[in-house]
Amino acid sequence: MPKIPLWDLPELPKNQLPPHLYLQKTRVFCNNDAPTHTENIHYSGAYAALGVDNSLRLDEFRKNFKVKVIKLNEEDMEFDLIGIDASIANAFRRILISELPTMAIEKVLVANSSSVVQDEVLAQRLGLVPIKVDPRLFDYMSENDVPNQKNSIVFKLHYKCDRGSGERRTVYSHDLKWLPFGSEYVLPTESSSDSTSKPKTYTSFTSSQDSLPEFANNPITVTPGIIISKLGPGQEIELEAHAVKGVGKTHAKWSPVATSWYRMLPEVILLQDIEDDDAHKLVKKCPVNVFDIEDVGKGRERATVARPRSCTLCRECIREPGWEEKVALRRVKDHFIFTIESTGALPPEVLFTEAVKILEDKCERVITELS
Amino acid sequence: MEHGSYQDQSASTFSLADEDHTLANSLRFTLNQDPRVALCGYSIPHPSEARVNIRVQTTGDPANEVLKDSCQDLMLICQHVRSTFDQAVVDFKNNNGAENQ
Repeated sequence: MPKIPLWDLPELPKNQLPPHLYLQKTRVFCNNDAPTHTENIHYSGAYAALGVDNSLRLDEFRKNFKVKVIKLNEEDMEFDLIGIDASIANAFRRILISELPTMAIEKVLVANSSSVVQDEVLAQRLGLVPIKVDPRLFDYMSENDVPNQKNSIVFKLHYKCDRGSGERRTVYSHDLKWLPFGSEYVLPTESSSDSTSKPKTYTSFTSSQDSLPEFANNPITVTPGIIISKLGPGQEIELEAHAVKGVGKTHAKWSPVATSWYRMLPEVILLQDIEDDDAHKLVKKCPVNVFDIEDVGKGRERATVARPRSCTLCRECIREPGWEEKVALRRVKDHFIFTIESTGALPPEVLFTEAVKILEDKCERVITELS
Repeated sequence: MEHGSYQDQSASTFSLADEDHTLANSLRFTLNQDPRVALCGYSIPHPSEARVNIRVQTTGDPANEVLKDSCQDLMLICQHVRSTFDQAVVDFKNNNGAENQ
């Protein structure tokens, strides 16, 4: 910052931060060696000496908060959250990954497995297969509960590779068949008086899951195309897989997102005019084409920032000495570019809404505990 | 669970079970923004145990009232986020539907 004599300093606007403090509060400076001013100044009295109120004003938050959706399809979405703090954005990201419930295969009853893949490895692979069903239609199952149509889904896998074919076959996830009537394997303990009624199986479905309106024309499927195992001639797999509801905290198979992440909006500012040769050098340096050349007339060309959003902060433009005074790389502290990739159970916009609801429920639990 | 003193209600530590950084950091943010708060922070005594200690020291008001108000503020923030997000998704779908036609 250049030195100005005291009597030449400009008048500060009342009740507003001076521009350099405002920059420090709202931007992360990404210098060549390390980022600076990364902490968030939350304390309500932080600028009390200047007469500026830093406290949370809910009406101002409501006025300034914006959401812009950039991309949205059934599998993933990218949207901008503008005007929110990092701690709340991180809370949403953590809830999306670990506290949204889904259905995943938990118990595998193996009747016959002569493949080279061990039973426990097969069970672990089956657990990771995403199941395309809305988990809000099901209840949690604890250890004392009986598996019934309200808390479990049963799949069957029966694949045999014929001895005569001479070639190997692959078992895919779409070979898992949904059994809406429940388990077909009979429990081993049987008393003779019950032989006339229906034998007890590993699950007690009182009615078929097919009769529910959500599943009537819409059978429960898993994501197709996932290789589960490979069988040689004469090998066979026959098993039943039971899926229950859980959250990502217990095991990652219950996480409804492939992943979800956010980054702060990058801001690239040219502190000086960069012309001609320097401009061409700058455009060539950037691997993601953030800069562009524009003609200023009289044969002179100038560099401009065309796509700051795609900047990955590789810092190639400020790596060489002398360039740090020309280009300023910053990040806006309250503008988050959120990406959510769903595994198929729920569409991504529903996932985010559910995550916000879960944070509200946590707050309510704390309030009821305190009162 | 609140650990404080009956004589001085303005400073106490709240020990929340089954919680982690998700709620604690957001609560710390809203607590800090409240002008009645002199000091606030959270710590996790041991990472293997899901427990969070939130310390609140205020300028006179009882600490549990201030914590309750901050939870309410956080809930209002979440509700506003949800409604704005739903509106933005609906707008996006309408705009894209019009473009595709």
